[in-house]
Formats: sequence, C-alpha cells, structure tokens
Amino acid sequence: MNAKSVNSTALAASRLEALKATAVALTLGFGLVWLAGFAYPESVHDAAHDTRHALSFPCH
Amino acid sequence: MIARVLTTGLIAGLVAGLAVAALQHFTTTPLILAAEVYEAAQHAHDGADAGAAFSGLSRTAATSLATIAVSIGYALILLAAMLLSGDAIAPRRAALWGACAFAATGLATSLGLAPQLPGMAETELAARQIWWLATALSTGAGLFALLRLDSTAAKIVGVALIALPHFFAPQPATPESTAPAELAARFAAASLAVQAISWALAGALAGLVWRLLSREKEAS
Repeated sequence: MNAKSVNSTALAASRLEALKATAVALTLGFGLVWLAGFAYPESVHDAAHDTRHALSFPCH
Repeated sequence: MIARVLTTGLIAGLVAGLAVAALQHFTTTPLILAAEVYEAAQHAHDGADAGAAFSGLSRTAATSLATIAVSIGYALILLAAMLLSGDAIAPRRAALWGACAFAATGLATSLGLAPQLPGMAETELAARQIWWLATALSTGAGLFALLRLDSTAAKIVGVALIALPHFFAPQPATPESTAPAELAARFAAASLAVQAISWALAGALAGLVWRLLSREKEAS
C-alpha cells in the first residue's frame, strides 16, 4: 500500500465518521425539536406551550 | 467524532437555551399571559373552564426546559448540516447557517402562519404543522441550492423550492381572536426576534464550542 492509498483510505474513513456523526446529530436534533415543538401528548404540549408560541411552532 | 458532535450540541444548546429562556421570560411570556387573561374571560363568559396546566415557577421551569431542548436540537441540526456540506465549523459561519435556518423556519413559515397568541383564531393543527415543516425544509433546501450551488439550473430550482410552499399556504381562520390586535402585533414581532436570536446563538455557540473541543483534542 503506497502513501497515496493510505491517505485516501484515511480520508474515506474520516468521511464515513462524519456521515455517522451527521446521522446521529440529525436524528437527535429533529427528535428534540419534534418533542418540544410538535408532539401531541397533552403533558408535553402543556409543558412546552409557551415555548411553542414564542418560537412560532404551530400550536392550539 | 460522534462524541464531539453530541458534546458540542449539548453545551451550545444548553447555554443558548438558558439565554433564550431568559429572553422569553421578559418578551414573549408576558404577552402570552396577558392574552390568556382575555381568553379566560371569554371562556368564563361562555361558561367553559380554561386553566393553564402550569403556573408560576413550574411554568417558567417547564418553558425553560422546552426552550433548552429546542436549542440543543437547533445546535445539533446546524452541526449536522455543516458536517454534511463539508464546511469548517467556526462561530461566524455557524451563526450564518443559523441565520439561514431562521429564514427557513421563521420568516418563510410566518408568511403563511403568523406567530400566534393563545386565544387567536386557528385552523386544524395537523394541517398547519405539516405545512410548517414542509415549508421550513423546502426553504432550507432552496436556500442551500441558491447560495451554495453554482449552476443556473440549481439556482432556478432553489428559487422554486423557496416560492412553492406559499402556493399551498393554509387558509387563515375567520378572524375571531380574543386577544387585542396590538398585543398580537407585538407578539408576532417579539416571537420572530426571539426565534432569530435562538438560531443565531445556537449556531455561534456550536461553532465556538466545536473549536474549543477540537483544539483540546489536537493538544492531547
């Protein structure tokens, strides 16, 4: 294995690592925004009520 | 890298969320409480019972917690977007990403669904939520195409993605709000300002924390 292919393997690995981190961040990020801004259970709605209005998420 | 992304999102979101929660406490929340007085008066007049589930300190705590959750979410979404587009994650650039996210979730959506006070006339919730989400995603993608892609075709698609949702905007409800118009106008303006600050702050702090953590990693 020459230096170039070692380099490109490392690059591919770091790209894969970034993609994995992106997927985790997106899932968690959207999950949290969904929970606080959109979720239906009454207890969640009541707790997040003022935040939903303040950050202009659609609310009752 | 996953650990660094999550730590960054958590710290940046926590600090931004606390700051925005404090801002809400002095800007939007007093207007919501005032609107609820009018709403309760109307309900009392109609013979219906309407009490807030939380009040006083527990309400402030619940609101702050929800705001922190949203801010952590915003920070993580911005980090993911920057990683995916191969951007260097730094405070100024991350704040700009936040500004674009605000244009997508705040400005574009408020054109069809103005920020609402309790007691304002409204249509079915699910339809509004779907339009809000679709508009935010479509505008975000459109802005990316417009600002980051070079081909003319991509820019045309970008403009189309930004404009398209507004042809399907939800029909506004018949105006029969219990909240006075002056209160509603102040709230709409305050809500947009708070939202802009929450995105920009989540972005800037995510960039800052990311840089600090990266330096620490390089030093060790």
